[in-house]
Amino acid sequence: MRPANRPRFPRTLHPGAWWLWAIGLAAGATRTTNPVILLLLVAVAGFVVVTRRSRAPWGRAYGAFLRLGLVIIAIRIVLQALLSSESQGVHVIVDLPQLPLPAWLAGLKLGGLVTWEAVLTAFAAGLQLAAIICCVGTANALASAQRLLRCVPAALYEAGVAVVVAMTFAPQLVADAARVRAASRLRGYDRAGFAVLRHTARPVLEGALNRSVTLAAAMDARGYGRTAVSSRRVRAASSTLVLGGLLGVCIGVYGLLDADAGGWLGLPLLGAGAGLAIGGLVAGGRRTGRTSYRPDLWALPEWLVAASGLGCAAALVVLARVDPAASAPPYPVQLPQVPLLALLGPLLGLLPAVVAPPPADRVAPAPLATPRFRDGRYAASSIAAREGSSIAGVTEGGHGQCADPAVPGRRRLGRRTGVPERR
Amino acid sequence: MIAFDRVGVRYEDAAEPVLRDVSFDVAEGDLCLVVGSTGSGKSTLLRCINGLVPHFTGGTLSGEVTVSGRSTRTHHPRDLADLVGYVGQNPLEGFVTESVEDELAYGMESLGISPPTMRRRLEETLDLLGIAELRGRPLATLSGGQQQRVAIGSVLTAHPRVLVLDEPTSALDPQGAEDVLSAVRRLVDDLGLTVVLAEHRLERVAQFADRVVVVPGGGRPVAAGDPPAMLATSPVAPPVVELGRLAGWSPPPLSVRDARRRSGDLRRRLASLPGPAYDGHPAAGATADATGVDVVPGEVLATTRDLVVGYGPVRALRGVSFAVARGEAVALMGRNGAGKSTLLKALVGLAAPESGRVDVQGLSPVRTRPSVLVHAAGMVPQDPGDILYGDSVAGECAQADRDAGAAAGRCRDLLARLAPDLALAPDRHPTDLSEGQRLALAICVVLTAAPRLLLLDEPTRGLDYAAKRRLAEIVRGLLAKGHAIVVATHDVELVAELATRVVMLADGEVVAEGPTPEVVVSSPAFAPQVAKILAPQPWLTVSAVAAALGGGGPS
Repeated sequence: MRPANRPRFPRTLHPGAWWLWAIGLAAGATRTTNPVILLLLVAVAGFVVVTRRSRAPWGRAYGAFLRLGLVIIAIRIVLQALLSSESQGVHVIVDLPQLPLPAWLAGLKLGGLVTWEAVLTAFAAGLQLAAIICCVGTANALASAQRLLRCVPAALYEAGVAVVVAMTFAPQLVADAARVRAASRLRGYDRAGFAVLRHTARPVLEGALNRSVTLAAAMDARGYGRTAVSSRRVRAASSTLVLGGLLGVCIGVYGLLDADAGGWLGLPLLGAGAGLAIGGLVAGGRRTGRTSYRPDLWALPEWLVAASGLGCAAALVVLARVDPAASAPPYPVQLPQVPLLALLGPLLGLLPAVVAPPPADRVAPAPLATPRFRDGRYAASSIAAREGSSIAGVTEGGHGQCADPAVPGRRRLGRRTGVPERR
Repeated sequence: MIAFDRVGVRYEDAAEPVLRDVSFDVAEGDLCLVVGSTGSGKSTLLRCINGLVPHFTGGTLSGEVTVSGRSTRTHHPRDLADLVGYVGQNPLEGFVTESVEDELAYGMESLGISPPTMRRRLEETLDLLGIAELRGRPLATLSGGQQQRVAIGSVLTAHPRVLVLDEPTSALDPQGAEDVLSAVRRLVDDLGLTVVLAEHRLERVAQFADRVVVVPGGGRPVAAGDPPAMLATSPVAPPVVELGRLAGWSPPPLSVRDARRRSGDLRRRLASLPGPAYDGHPAAGATADATGVDVVPGEVLATTRDLVVGYGPVRALRGVSFAVARGEAVALMGRNGAGKSTLLKALVGLAAPESGRVDVQGLSPVRTRPSVLVHAAGMVPQDPGDILYGDSVAGECAQADRDAGAAAGRCRDLLARLAPDLALAPDRHPTDLSEGQRLALAICVVLTAAPRLLLLDEPTRGLDYAAKRRLAEIVRGLLAKGHAIVVATHDVELVAELATRVVMLADGEVVAEGPTPEVVVSSPAFAPQVAKILAPQPWLTVSAVAAALGGGGPS
């Protein structure tokens, strides 16, 4: 078996697989308002992130998305329970004083009865949105967006580069703005008022312009765009095909996911769009002579991860058809039913925690500081780490005989064993 | 390898051509050093080699540049990518990807090199530049020296035969610069690569050059030749060459080793003369311990005590006690990230202390309104452009007067005194000025509020020797008027020129402190070239030696 096909072999999973999986989970979340299932989906996403994220900076993205989700739920509850005058149910929590509103605000109320039904419905709807956002957050935490852009087909290469450049540019612009605004203190400006903004905008924008010119020069000097050989017409045709196809795919997906739009425009449009896009990509891909350094692999674990996401979506779509009461419980004031079928979706989504390879930087030991040979301890431990466990045992034994008084752990041990004997 | 044949460059809106009638050759395997003052056209000359001028920058090129038989007339920069590797001044601005490995591969991908070859070349390049342990790191987390080596690696993977480096070490601390230059030397020695290098700090590279091209600027003719002969008459020269000129050694020495061997006579002569006068500084021997206020003669303008400043989990300063008094010029030295800039920022309230105390003439900087604080302490940031907002020099001055509540014309008067050439060109746009002129303008803008304490953060970036000398004169003038200066810098020659006291920082702590001659002469890493040549005698600058010789008469 090729090592890439082994799920335990540490490597970076193809970012496309992670995105497919996350989109699958998110699609599943759109099909249900059952809070138990939604919470399970969020938990599954969180668990997979915790087990499979790398040490890279974007690995911490999930927390931010989770917080965003909580905020959304809170806003949703406040809006629905306090402001909306729609059917509120009978189980009253509290009766707030109601503010009279003018007639033209007939759809709104301020205060008044707050019912369990209203709060729980709002909670379920907010939770659905939060779950979708969490799923997107998972993809961000597990796969670098820039790595994903590296996989764009050759026909879309220029667009991909533009997006990558923009993505590195934005944070730099923010940093620049912060620096220049801080520097405005040095001119004696007390507050960041409009006048200061007008002054400081110039150095920031100038810096950004200069940088983009420098970057363009660097890219040109390194051969960017050197191998594009085809004519303008071929290029225009392939771009049109790809963009048209992608549009078709989008509409098709919308048709499939949105129950009201009806199935008639779903599948056929999806198929036609995909066909067009692939045709365009193949036609456009022929023209560039670029090669790709260590392209991301697509092996067995990628198939399994992608399948897990799609399986999760499929299970929840089926649930919505077979058991609407469990998928979208009509009476939220009781504990929602959770049939076995409903658990299938989240369970399928959990698969990557097992089948996805762990990222290499979490398996490898943290990079050792340069071994210092000033005292014996560092030398011995670094040699032990290099030469395996048998020698580690020997050096550990050796340590005991050395009775190095500088080792705090050992001293404490001696005191702990020594003191009771003396008493 | 590279041939310039009667090359002239003129940009559209410029009255004068940048380069005129430039003809020279660079042989294969040479390390060619391009010297010249700021704004003289060095960068333009370098960009001609791979065709960025005129294909990318616009302008008109007359004559012809050929590299290994390919003319830039018919070849675009991208068509020369496999022949010429070009690395600009700020590597971070030229990076296209986000990790080291991807960046090294980017050029090869553009050239369509086959994947197995790419793998092999990438591994070789990582080893060649000693950056193998950085391979998976995001580019933004690297130090300046590492970034510059990655930038060099990213053009080397295309196996160019010429490497063009535009001031590769100008933003680096001495250690980072050393790493980059030793990597470049290895490329020349081991691979026979032809390297064309522009550099302001000639003391770092002059001794390794096989050929020197002098770009005097102002339309005067560009000359190329052997390093000693060229540097003997060049308008910019490292201290070792200037000392050679002073002592009448011909041809002038290029390395400390050369100069030391020939300096026996000079040292004997100097030994009989009174030593350099460093006792005139009011604060010589000042310390900043707990009672620093009493020890420092002269009025203390700012103190910090046990100052701790942190950014997130990092403590940039870990308990720094520091004082600066009237008439003192204190140099803060130390490697990148040692806390120099943070200490300056704490003194003007840009960095809030986590614990400890900052006192600037009775004010606490973070709690004081900026409009009040600017009259006590003024700072010129690393990039002077950050505080220049005007459309013209005159507009900038008028705005500075209004901001500071000073009488109209105060800033212009300062400018006339500190930078006379600028005061004569009031309509120029701040971005069109040279680095040195922008620094002078920023200093005047800050001084308009009449702060007694002036802080300069890395003022020598991109400054040539003449501009540095002017800066030193400005600083000495301010000291005589009772100002105090704190300057954070890597530049030992500048420190020797202007500082009365040196504070050495490492990892946010003060590790050494004392009068400049004591700290600098005793340290092998931070000694200026003149001190190394004339040790153990405490001479630091060529001008001090010249003054002593002139005063002592010929012996």
